[in-house]
Amino acid sequence: MDFSYSDEQRMLADTLERLVADSDSVGDAAPITLWHTFAELGLLQLPFAEHVGGLGGDGIDVTIVMQAFGRGLVREPYVAGLLLPGTLLARLANSAQRERWLSPLLGGEYRMTLAWQETAARYDAHAISTRARRQADGWVLDGSKQGVMAAAAADALVVTARLDDGLLGAFLVPNDSRGLARRDYTTLDDRTASDIQLTGVLLPHDARLGDDASDTLDAALALGRAALCAEAVGAMQAACDQTLAYLKERRQFGAPLAGFQVLQHRMVDMHLNLEQARSMAILAATSLERPAGERDYRVSAAKAYCGEAARFVAEQAIQLHGAMGMTEECRISHYARQLIMFDHHLGDVDHHLEIVSERLTAA
Amino acid sequence: MNLDFTPEEQAFRREVREFLAAELPDDIRERVRLGRRLSADDHLRWQNVLSRRGWLAAGWPREHGGPGWGPVERHIFDEESASAHAPTVVPFGVSMVAPVIMKFGSEAQQRHYLPRILANQDWWCQGYSEPGAGSDLASLRTRAVRDGDHYIVSGQKTWTTLGQYANMMFCLVRTDPEAKKQAGISFLLIDMQSPGISVRPIVTLDGAHEVNEVFLDEVRVPVANRIGEEGQGWTCAKFLLTHERTGIAGLGHAKQALRHLKTLAGQIRHRGRPLLELPSFRQRMVKAELELMALKVTHLRVLASARDGAVPGAVSSLLKVRGSELRQELSELTRRALGPEALPFFPGFLYGDEALEPERAEYAAAGAQYLNRRKLSIYGGSNEIQKSIVAKTLLGM
Ligand SMILES: Cc1cc2nc3c(=O)[nH]c(=O)nc-3n(C[C@H](O)[C@H](O)[C@H](O)COP(=O)(O)OP(=O)(O)OC[C@H]3O[C@@H](n4cnc5c(N)ncnc54)[C@H](O)[C@@H]3O)c2cc1C
Repeated sequence: MDFSYSDEQRMLADTLERLVADSDSVGDAAPITLWHTFAELGLLQLPFAEHVGGLGGDGIDVTIVMQAFGRGLVREPYVAGLLLPGTLLARLANSAQRERWLSPLLGGEYRMTLAWQETAARYDAHAISTRARRQADGWVLDGSKQGVMAAAAADALVVTARLDDGLLGAFLVPNDSRGLARRDYTTLDDRTASDIQLTGVLLPHDARLGDDASDTLDAALALGRAALCAEAVGAMQAACDQTLAYLKERRQFGAPLAGFQVLQHRMVDMHLNLEQARSMAILAATSLERPAGERDYRVSAAKAYCGEAARFVAEQAIQLHGAMGMTEECRISHYARQLIMFDHHLGDVDHHLEIVSERLTAA
Repeated sequence: MNLDFTPEEQAFRREVREFLAAELPDDIRERVRLGRRLSADDHLRWQNVLSRRGWLAAGWPREHGGPGWGPVERHIFDEESASAHAPTVVPFGVSMVAPVIMKFGSEAQQRHYLPRILANQDWWCQGYSEPGAGSDLASLRTRAVRDGDHYIVSGQKTWTTLGQYANMMFCLVRTDPEAKKQAGISFLLIDMQSPGISVRPIVTLDGAHEVNEVFLDEVRVPVANRIGEEGQGWTCAKFLLTHERTGIAGLGHAKQALRHLKTLAGQIRHRGRPLLELPSFRQRMVKAELELMALKVTHLRVLASARDGAVPGAVSSLLKVRGSELRQELSELTRRALGPEALPFFPGFLYGDEALEPERAEYAAAGAQYLNRRKLSIYGGSNEIQKSIVAKTLLGM
């Protein structure tokens, strides 16, 4: 057992610390200015296997990146725009498809996202009703996707669709395809997302990635969830640090707020939630190579746990700042928004509790 | 013991309900229902309707032009208003400064200000908090120096709700810097158009402009605008705070929010079944339901003793704590029920007149509203402060 970082991981953490410190993004809705820096630093290659052009990083490497992004409120879509579509491409694409789409994605020249979520299916990635029909010269896609993150800036989308034979397909759909209509909006956590309508979208044969995409989709979502947990831990850490600093600095009734026992205990509870969430995020990140059932059990447990912890930390961070915590100007409110909306990405507490609960067995 | 409303009270409820159905303008009802912010004009339009009916000043006695309702009628009115999606009456004039003027103001002041409040001629705001004086309100530093028939007031107020619309502010100022903290404070009514006043918006985390900073730079305020004696401001302030806390449990709103949540949880589907059937979600809804049931009875107990002449005192602190917790929980469950639909943020629709697709409009406010409801445990005396009051005055700790 070893909870320490390797030398390389320490260097990665230092690099990210500097990057994040230099690029404060508070106030901008989803700036994309850092993406090329990510490419230069190798962050876009980091999480993928070497034989597909990646650097062979593991779950903990991703955790290091995401924690830093969480602390620094970095809004670039590292999960939605890289980890999710990248995993599907890396594991399903043939070499020609990899050459065409994965290489430029990892090089930072081509932007992508994954369109998996549908209104009627809520957070269930498999209960979808988007259809892909085979025809002589390729495929036709019909259906709609909801809350597709970072879709407006993407060159192409990986879209999941059900085939006539019941298999789950993953298709590469250029963003400017005929029959694709996007409704773009910003989100409460200062990102961009879109609802997407697909009406008779025609695709060539080679737009389909691999065969059945079910297991790969689960693997991609597990990685995405572990990454989001790490991001939330980074944001919780920052929210705790800033709240503690505020309690020490703010004086009422002739004394620092930090002197009031009620607030001390509350601060301790925040810290406790942070540390427990950190443990769960580590557990998720180190379970990604386990068999799917075990992996998903742990990842769901982590996502549910971190969701509750993030909400507690966010709500208390605002409360302990008083009215100041309610303002756009105060950084704490940005962490709070991120921590609250964390629960709405890739399945919320209820969704993941149900998964854990279904698999929980009597001893 | 009997928890039922009397036949007269039930008849009154029907009367209120019919009035709301007939008189509340549809566009305002729809804005409130969808959680969109009202313009100053929307507020005034509705308050003018209430004023004409004689129901604007719900808590006022008859002698000052109120309807002479008791606490039970007021409760019924609040509940029905929330169910009908009527706007909440902006409290600063009618429910905050007016009781202070009635209790501590001179006859001339009462004759001048009270009818203007009844007729919606003044928009009041509350100038209590300062950057350095929040929970510890008595440490406020805005100075008022006597100069003949005037005070010269300098300092800063903050978190001033809807100050951007106000033409009058009731304000706590320090008239005697030598006296003990509370003793040096006076209660002034300040014309917001006076030279030396500037109002700056504060944007909150839900993107709304609800609160403001108010800067006072050598503002001349007639001594005649002081309520009560010099140095009696703290007594006025404390009196007002107890008024602010009654009704702050927001029971009507909680009831309405729970009803809305039940509708959503019945409509939204999770794995092919209504969300209502998902055990972890259902259990939290059930808990909220029980909390509301208990709070309703606790509230009725407080109302009954108020009707019989008791002063609510620290019990209203209990109502405020539990009521705000419940409303916050309901806003959390509503946001959560919406799942991915709670992510989008449409400020132009919520705070302005931008149009939105009807199916989006139904859900658009939930996320921002959850964030906005964080204020319930901060303002009007934070929940921590309320608990300290209960510990001290009710439990003698
Ligand atoms: C949306 C909104 C609208 C408002 N509108 C108005 C308005 O119109 N007019 C106006 O005058 N004011 C208004 N306020 C201000 C409000 O009254 C103050 O926010 C409130 O009094 C708390 O003060 P503070 O924000 O400075 O927090 P602080 O007093 O700095 O408190 C910060 C935290 O410390 C806690 N705390 C402080 N002292 C203690 C203690 N002794 N023991 C334990 N815990 C403690 C508090 O509970 C809080 O959690 C508004 C506030 C909000 C959020």
